[in-house]
Amino acid sequence: MKSNSKLLSAPYSIWVTVFIVLPMLLVAWFAFTDGEGNFTLENLLSVGQYSNVFLRSIWLGALATAISLVLGYPLAYIIAKMAPKRQSVMVMLVMLPMWMNFLLRTYAWMTLLEDNGLINSALSAIGLPRVHMINTAGAVVLGMVYNYIPYMILPLYSVLTKIDQSVIEAAQDLGADDRKVFLKVVLPMSMPGVISGVTMVFVPAVSTFIISKMLGGGGNLLIGDLIDMQFLGSAYNPNLGSAISLVLMVIILICMGIMNQFDDGDDLEGGMLL
Amino acid sequence: MRKVGSRLYVCLIFLFLYAPILVLIVFSFNDTETASRTVWSGFSLKWYQRLFEDRLILEALRNTLLIAVIAALGSTVLGTMAAIGINSMKKLPRRIMMNVTNFPMVNPEIVTGVSLMLLFVFAVGLFGGRSLGMGSLIAAHITFCLPYVILSVLPKLRQMDPNLYEAAQDLGCPPVRAFFRVVLPEIAPGIVTGAIMAFTLSIDDFVISYFTSGTTQTLPIYIYSMTRRRISPEINALSTVLFAAVLVLLVIVNVRQAKDRPRKREKREGESA
Repeated sequence: MKSNSKLLSAPYSIWVTVFIVLPMLLVAWFAFTDGEGNFTLENLLSVGQYSNVFLRSIWLGALATAISLVLGYPLAYIIAKMAPKRQSVMVMLVMLPMWMNFLLRTYAWMTLLEDNGLINSALSAIGLPRVHMINTAGAVVLGMVYNYIPYMILPLYSVLTKIDQSVIEAAQDLGADDRKVFLKVVLPMSMPGVISGVTMVFVPAVSTFIISKMLGGGGNLLIGDLIDMQFLGSAYNPNLGSAISLVLMVIILICMGIMNQFDDGDDLEGGMLL
Repeated sequence: MRKVGSRLYVCLIFLFLYAPILVLIVFSFNDTETASRTVWSGFSLKWYQRLFEDRLILEALRNTLLIAVIAALGSTVLGTMAAIGINSMKKLPRRIMMNVTNFPMVNPEIVTGVSLMLLFVFAVGLFGGRSLGMGSLIAAHITFCLPYVILSVLPKLRQMDPNLYEAAQDLGCPPVRAFFRVVLPEIAPGIVTGAIMAFTLSIDDFVISYFTSGTTQTLPIYIYSMTRRRISPEINALSTVLFAAVLVLLVIVNVRQAKDRPRKREKREGESA
């Protein structure tokens, strides 16, 4: 059986070589060559010009991740303490918005945040001054939190619901108050969920280009927008675009490496929760 | 007091999650001729009518469904075969295969998108042939669906008793038949989950399609171009239809599961008796 079975993955190996390995090699090749195919470091060096864009992306992505964690953790905790039947309804309700196309969800916020949008109309109806919200960095962070917070809540919930109730009771019996139980028992035990939630929010947030385009106007360019511009936009230059992509990948790998340092080596094979 | 607080918190978060969707739905019934999206001027179904008369949207929908069906089928067959192969590998090759498999899931979508775009543009330059379109979209979708199929089939294979397959062969069953009659039924739930995931991921994908579609329109790409152009409440009507479709699908799946559970239990009890 063994030797025959191994052959079954041969088509997949070929597929992966052509559609994953080869494209990545092409990105690397484009990043290190100029338009004529000569070796150059110029593309990678000129990525430095955009360091403000990189810093902005990382900063906004990190902010959105932190807000998602702070908002999502209590919700996951509350859901995990509910009766089992209600838990599954609540999890469904958290997942349901994700089933709506992500462009439409972001578009919905455009109609809410605009200068003549619903929130401003409501504000002026009750006599408050209008607030300029669309095309600001705040709107971009809001869009990130809104789109990716389910990816934070779900892994947190699945870890919190597995915590053995008797461990918490043991801590209480030994005299720990609620705060201590949370800080010394629940929080450390939920760290794997925190880590996968943080990576699952941070990676898409830092590399997005739609949210910044739709909610951030022209003034809040992110790494994703830069890459988009080099490949399908006005500044067509796939060599520079590849170099930016390469740097983005390295940044994300470093961030994930740092995050994994906090993990106690619990095996997260598969790595994803769905 | 504490309970009230946590209830209020849950309500606030769900308000945050659902308010935008509700607004979209409400304004899809808005009777307005000016493009104002936020002034209510009466109930009307005209945006739905226009939606179903819009040939471009219907064509985009057709493309999206066609790609999703082919990508789901392709990635399910390829992924299931791969999972069986990976499952029988020794530790080191298995680790290498799993790392490659996980790669598209941790890699930012935009990088996967541009890398595939480079590949397809390169291939067109090398071999000629038509530019990017349905073919490249299908290949790209199969690629990003594969890891999800493999990761939902592999656990089922690990749970399976390896002796079952050998027992079937000892009893004179030829290998191919033993596979279809013994192994496949055991791992079928994982395959179905993987196929459903592939189908929904494919329908919903924007970023990778955006870079690999050429001039072909899929629904998310069309939505994107709608948000960039003149904005029309047609987009609200479209969102409402999609949301309703998802809701109906989820209800059906849940009702079926709820019906299935007691039946399975009965069956199991019948077997043990």
